[in-house]
Formats: sequence, C-alpha cells, structure tokens
Amino acid sequence: MIIGIDMGGTNIDGVVIAAHDGRIVRQVKRPVDRSDYFRSIWNCIKELLRGTEKEDIKRINLSTTVSTNAIVENRISKVGVILQRGPGLKWRFDDLGENVVDVTGSTDHRGIPVSGENPDELTKIKADFLNNSIEAAAVVGKFSTRNPEFEKRAEEYLRDSFREVTMGHTLSGRLNFPRRVRTAYLNAAVCSTFKAFAENIEEALRREGIGAPVYILKADGGTVSLKGAKAKPVETILSGPAASLMGMTALLDEKEADRCLLDIGGTTTDLFFLADGVPVFEPSGIEIGGHKTLVRAVYSTSAGLGGDSYVRMEDGKLKIGPERKGHAVAFGGKHLTPTDALVYLGVMEAEHSRESAEALESMAKEIRMPPGEFAGMIIGNFCKSVRETIENALKKINSNPVYTIKELLDGRTVKPRSVGVIGGPAKALSKYLERELGLPVEYPPNHEIANAIGAALARPTAEITLLADTEREILSIPETGVYEKIGRTYDLRRAKERALSEVKSAGQAMGISSDVPGAEITEESSFNMVKEYRAYKNIRVKAQIKPGLVICRKAERG
Amino acid sequence: MQKGGKRMKAKNKLGLILFPAFDWAISPTHPEREERLLYTQDQLLEEGIEDVEGIHFFNPLIATKKDIDRVHFCYPGMEELVTESHLIAAGGVMRAFDAVLGGETDKSFALVRPPGHHAQRVVYGDRGFCIVNTEAVGLAYARRKYGDMRVAVVDTDCHHGDGTEDIYWNDPDTLYISFHQDGRTLYPGTGPIEDLGGPSAFGYNVNIPLPPGTGDEGFQYVLENTVLPILEEYKPDLIINSAGQDNHYTDPLTNMSFSAQGYAKLNSRLNPDIAVLEGGYSIQGALPYVNTGIILAMAELDYSGVAEPDYHLGRWKQSERITGEVKRISDEVLDIWRRREALGQKLFGGKSSVKRNRRVYYDTDGIFESQVQEFRPCPDCPGVDSIKSRNDLGASLIGFTIPRKACPACQKAGYDLFEKAKGLDVKKRFLQDLVRDEFFAV
Ligand SMILES: [Zn+2]
Ligand SMILES: [Zn+2]
Repeated sequence: MIIGIDMGGTNIDGVVIAAHDGRIVRQVKRPVDRSDYFRSIWNCIKELLRGTEKEDIKRINLSTTVSTNAIVENRISKVGVILQRGPGLKWRFDDLGENVVDVTGSTDHRGIPVSGENPDELTKIKADFLNNSIEAAAVVGKFSTRNPEFEKRAEEYLRDSFREVTMGHTLSGRLNFPRRVRTAYLNAAVCSTFKAFAENIEEALRREGIGAPVYILKADGGTVSLKGAKAKPVETILSGPAASLMGMTALLDEKEADRCLLDIGGTTTDLFFLADGVPVFEPSGIEIGGHKTLVRAVYSTSAGLGGDSYVRMEDGKLKIGPERKGHAVAFGGKHLTPTDALVYLGVMEAEHSRESAEALESMAKEIRMPPGEFAGMIIGNFCKSVRETIENALKKINSNPVYTIKELLDGRTVKPRSVGVIGGPAKALSKYLERELGLPVEYPPNHEIANAIGAALARPTAEITLLADTEREILSIPETGVYEKIGRTYDLRRAKERALSEVKSAGQAMGISSDVPGAEITEESSFNMVKEYRAYKNIRVKAQIKPGLVICRKAERG
Repeated sequence: MQKGGKRMKAKNKLGLILFPAFDWAISPTHPEREERLLYTQDQLLEEGIEDVEGIHFFNPLIATKKDIDRVHFCYPGMEELVTESHLIAAGGVMRAFDAVLGGETDKSFALVRPPGHHAQRVVYGDRGFCIVNTEAVGLAYARRKYGDMRVAVVDTDCHHGDGTEDIYWNDPDTLYISFHQDGRTLYPGTGPIEDLGGPSAFGYNVNIPLPPGTGDEGFQYVLENTVLPILEEYKPDLIINSAGQDNHYTDPLTNMSFSAQGYAKLNSRLNPDIAVLEGGYSIQGALPYVNTGIILAMAELDYSGVAEPDYHLGRWKQSERITGEVKRISDEVLDIWRRREALGQKLFGGKSSVKRNRRVYYDTDGIFESQVQEFRPCPDCPGVDSIKSRNDLGASLIGFTIPRKACPACQKAGYDLFEKAKGLDVKKRFLQDLVRDEFFAV
C-alpha cells in the first residue's frame, strides 16, 4: 500500500493506493488546521490507516505547504547572509533583512579564485550575527558552483554557532547568482520550521510502529526523502501544482505524447504541458513571495477564470471573472457563474437548477438574447479564454532561447495533440473545449483526488550538473558536493558515465531502489580550450532522473 | 520582511540575441570556434541578466538567399560559400533590427558568431573569419521591411571593417565610422584617414586609425571630440555599433589597451540603437566582461561594477605620446569631415565615371583578388556602380548595383550595362536591383 497526502490551502486529501495494481483502496478529505500542520496531516494518516495493516504500507508520500506557508506568511528564522560577489551587476538584497553582508574576494567564470576573503571579515561577521540573534545563515559566492571553496570555508567557520548554514552551491548547479542568493536564504529561513514538522512526523510514526519511509513532494513533480528534505527544505515549496500534474498523468490514458493538462478550479484554470509525456519545467526556477529561485519546478500558468467565476455584463460586454462571488447559483450561490451556464445547457446536474435557470434567463432578458444562446456565449467565451491562455503559454515555452544550430534548425516545439481536463466542470466542458481547441479532450475519473494520487505515485527525481576542466584538472558536481582532481586526459565519455552514476546515487539517496528508472543525460558538450598552443577540454554534462510514476495505473473508466 | 529591492528594471527595453552556435567552428583550434561565447554566456547567466526586467531574449531568424543577395556577389554561388552558421548569424542581426524597428524593444544587441565586417561586396571565401557581412544583411533587410533610413554604423572593432567600408563606400545614407588599430600595424592593413568614400558619398566613410597602445582615455577622446560631433551633424535615424571587442588589453590578436569599463562607457555615450558583436578573441579575459558592460550600458543600468579580474586602474593607462597622437588624428578627421564637400568637389567635380583599383586578400582562405570598381555619379541619385573582379584561382565576375534611391534613368542604365556585359570575358555576371529588390546572376 502507498499513502499519498496532498495538503492544500483549506483541505487535506489522502489516498491509500494498492502498490501492485494502483487501485484506490481508501480516500479521506479533512479540513486543514492552519495552526497545526503536523496535527492535520497526522489525523489524516491515522484515518487512512484504518483497515490497513501497518506492515503493508510501503511508503508515505506527502505534498505539504509547510515550507510554502512559512515563506508566504513570513514565519521564518532570522537569517544572516554572507555574500562574496566580486565585480558585476549590482543586485540588491536589502529585502532579505539587515544582516546581509559582503566579503571581499571573487572567483571567475572558470572557477579560478581571483582573490580570497580576509579571515578577519568572517570573525567580525560571526560576532555581529550572534549579537543580532541570527538563527540561521546562508553563504553564497558568485560562481560558487564552479568553485565552492569560499562557501565551504565560511560554512565550516559558522557551522557550530547557528542552527543551519546553507551553502549556495549545494542547492543547484545552475548559474544565476541572484537566484542562488535567494534560494539559499529561503532554505536557511525555513529549515527550522520544516525540521520541526519532519521530526514530529518521524516521532509519530515511531510511536505507532510504522516503519514505512516518508517522502516529500517537490515542485518538479518528484519526491525527496524526509531526510533529504530536512537538509534542503526549500525544494519542498510549491509542490501543489506538481501534485496536480502528476495526478493527471497517473489518471490519463496516454502517457507519451505532447499534451496540455487543465485543472479547472473555482476561480482559476491551471495549465500544464507534457512534452513526450515529461512535464515541461520552468526555464530557470520557481518564484515564491517575489523571490526568484533556482528550485526546479513544473511549468504552470493560470487563466483567471474557473467554474465559480463571477459572470456579468459590463458596458454591454460579457465579463467572466477574475473575481469569485461565492458558489454558482446552481449550488446555492447568489451570482451567475459558468457552472450555471453548463447546468442550463443540460450538461451538468445541480441542486438548484430552477434558481440557476432563472438567474440566467433574467440576465439574458436584459440584453435581449435567447437564454440558450446566452448560456452558449458564456461557455464559448470561457473556452476562448482558455484557448488564448494555452496559446500564449505555448508561444512562451516554444520561444525559449536555443544555443546550437541543430536546435535552431530542428526547432523542437511543444505541440499538444490532446488535452486532459480535471476539476468540477471538466466533464461538462469537455465537448465545448474540444470544439474550441480542435483537439481531443479527455476527462479522467477520480479527478477530485488527483493531487493526492499524484503525491502518492510520484517517484524521486534528481538533477546534477557536471563540469570537467582539464586545464584546471578539476571535476565539479555542486549538487552532490563533488569537487575533485582529474587528469588531463579526462573526456566526455567518462564524464557521461560519471554523471549517470552520480545522478543514480543521488536518486538512491532519495530512496530510489537499485534499478533507477528515468536516469538520463539531458545535456552534453565538450569544448576545446586552447591555451599557449595546447588544447584542453571544458566538458559539461547534465543528468537527471526525470519525474515519473512509481507504478503505472491502468486508468479506470468512470 | 522588507519589500522592494527584489527587482532590477532596465531603463531601456533591450532585446538580446545570444546565439553562441555551440556546434560550429572554422576549425577545432581556430579562434572562431565553438567555445568563443561559452564564457560570455556563463557570465551573463551567473549575473542574472535573464531576470532583469526589460531585457528580452530572442532566437535568431535564418537569413535567406535573397537577404544575402541584397549585399553580396557570391562566387561561384551562395550555396557553395555560405553555411547555416552564417545564415543564422546574419539572421540574428535581422532579428535585432526587427526587435527595435518592430517596436518590441528600445534597443537590441546581437551576440552572434561568426563576425561579418570583413566581408565585402564580392565574396570568394572567408576573410578575417567573415563570409557574410551580418550587419549589412540586417540593415538591407530592415530598409526593405521598414523603409529607407539614414544610418550611422560605428565600428569599434580593433580591425578596420574593410567589408563594411566597401559596401557603403558610395552610399550617402549610410555613414561608416571606424575606430581601429592603424592598418600599418594590423590586419587587414586598410583604413587610412584618406579613404573617404565614393563620388556620391565622399566624406561619409570616416576612418580613425589609432596607434597601438591606445587605451580608455584615447577612445573617449575620439568619441567626444570627433565621432559625436560628426553624428550630431549627420543626424542618423539609427545608430549601429559594430561592437568588436578586440581593442581589449587582453586580446591575443591586437595591441590595444581598452577595458570593459571603457567599452561600456563608450557604448553609453554613443547610445546606439543596435549593437552587433564583431571580433574579439580574448574569450575568457575580455568577452564575458565587455559584453556584460555593453548590455548594462544599452539597458541603461549601472555598469560601474563590471570589471575584469586583472584590471587595475592605472595599469592600462596610455602613454603621453599616444595621447598626443590620438588627439592629432582625431582633430584631423574632424577637420576633413568639415571640409568634405569642397574636397569631394575638387576630386570628382564634373566626372561621369570614377574608377578605383583594389587588391583584396582572403587571409582565412588564402585567395588573392584584384578588382576595378566603377562609379557613375548622377545628379539625381548615387548612380549605378560596378565591380569587375578576378582572383588567382581563375574566377572572374562583374557585378552591377542599382542603388536603393536610383533614378529611373540609372535604373534602366543598370539593366543595359548588365545586358552589355554579356560580351565580357567573365565567368559570372550579377545585377542587384535594390529599387525593385530583384537579383540576377548568370
Ligand atoms: Zn577584429
Ligand atoms: Zn541617377
């Protein structure tokens, strides 16, 4: 049995899924107690466990808002930030608090130290931080992914004095100093909150005698072990959309194609894309609370309208959303919504269909339009808006910069061949969406617990960035802390082997079994460096374990 | 948590076409190889340029044969000489023009390779790593798409842009100004002050040959005292900066002492609408910093923090002797600019044909070319011109150009000349009709 839990803003959904065939054995919905996330989750787990033997539980997967809410609600530790930025753009970090300090020294793009910091600087900073009751620290250098020595020195010096010291290079191998600073800051800031939550979970499981491992969902649609999440809690932010996306992939039939996925909620419709069945990611990383980070995340965007959007006439024009004024009239609300139009069109059942029809007819009368036609217009406009949002999103995704002639000429673009829809009005809207989008639309059963299913079935993901520089004779993989000497003859073949074995062991550390599915090289290049008539290599390899499902459910026809 | 300070916003919206062409090289160890923009890209990524609001990244277009035909006579033909990498580099510049003239951004910068400013009207092969003059192809495309305009091309590459000079030699609507290391000390050897342009555009080719060792101070002097006054008088609709970066003190092929700060400041004062990367082969020590500096200057962001790791104020200060020499050259160029009409009248007044003999060396491909250019001044337009050329591999051609603003008589004359040239002993005849945007090669 696999337990999957998705904690949203108001509700917490849980499912128990049979590990051998993916059948949903049990499902639970409870309200979230925002003053005690652990208690909310624990109650849900206990409820799910009823009727299940403890020994049968293979794993417990959680999609939580613990880190997200800590950031958004500003319930975070007091963080001191030490930067070694050297020359360049003058990004400001003063919004990170009063304790953001620069040290001298810099490292260049090759990872060659230009000059180091003065040891006295760290001494003074540590004393100041302690005086200012700093709880956690983040240390970040420009190009620290190329040479982490400064961050390591600072971490070692501060380690014993603060609850957490986050080193920027450990969070991502991507180059982007300002994002690295903010990601490290957020990691240090939520560490304490997340650790407390994790320890509560561990403690409770121990008390109950449950030995199953716990995994936390990440924003990229993969999971990380509870232990891994305690070290890098920032990776657990904004996992909600990832849960929804993974849930949809689990519920839908076709797995390999380019697809567009829609999650129609009350006020918004969220969009996701799959390219050959693999989620399309945000190009640089996700943004939270105005902080642009390096946290890898599935790409998602929203259209500002959903089933409960407020429908009215304004200056003779039909307007839908973006605000919501309560439920649809058909479900006891006071204001007209797209849901009411669907009820009027006879494609959706409702409790208050008579009131709903009256509300629609009265607005139709105002503009002297037959009510059936008016209902059709509302749904038509709704679908057109969704189509425009999809088109704009695709335009953006498909114009991401490319850097090689091959990529430019091949022009690989995401072109959805079908659409998957979940959410309350999914089934009712499907034929209208089909007509507007000119694509087959599929609406899976069990969509109301798609997020919990997504959390349950997501498997670990990992990403590593390898750089081998045979002139400096250095190999570095920041995500796994590799920074070691190599020989002059190191080549691309060896680099690729190393990258694969490294990403697999990173996956195993996150709980993937010995046979690691989905490990792949995503980028590889080997450049000639010429210096004083000698040629060296600058080898770059990226590898990942791509998001996927631990078991492939056979879709149940609903 | 305090709000604010999370964003950085460009004052000028800037379009960047960063296309490093990681899968193309002239040869594995040639300076123009895959690695050339690798460290520049690393630096820009690490600096977080992609997150600056108002800076947008665009992928290049791919230039077509017609785009190339507007500028070049390719022998034996475009397909034999021009690779995809050249079409994409030129297409990158075309995209830069679209960004600005199409209203997407205020300015744009094409960081593309290979460069183009040594590619002349006749192309037999590669010269100075150039086959297609990317800026000229971009400009010709833009003039066709957005209408004719008065343009100044300011070339800050260390080498004289002999290709660009050749293309606009007789075009009064394209002012070419080149800063370069004196041709007596550096490839391609051309670019003396006295080369001032053809009879219809005399004085609109402005060469500023600078002594080896010229540094920030010297470039600044020339810009403030000569280039900006000339531009002020010329009043271009558009300023293009051929932003070669080999004046840098670390460049392996040249002998100048210019810095990233110097380049950024120059760009900021010049205030170009479009910049195009040309040469620059100090790919680790210069390009990452110079490009960052230029991007910030174009976006009107604070570039004072940009510096090379080994840069020390004072270390690259030019000598007193150079300062004096730069001042003398700069003043002479300005003096000639002011007297250009009288000088042109004296040289060409009353002539209906002006001939010019040239010898051109293709260093990369080892080809020698000799050509005779003929200009036919007309009172109503710049007049038809032609190039008769042969090279030491036995190739020969004649090409006629009907300029964009040709009068009906000259347009007809172009076709007549092309027809008459049938009898000439050349392997290929070309006609560029830039009025109708039609091109013939037989
Ligand atoms: Zn050059
Ligand atoms: Zn004429």
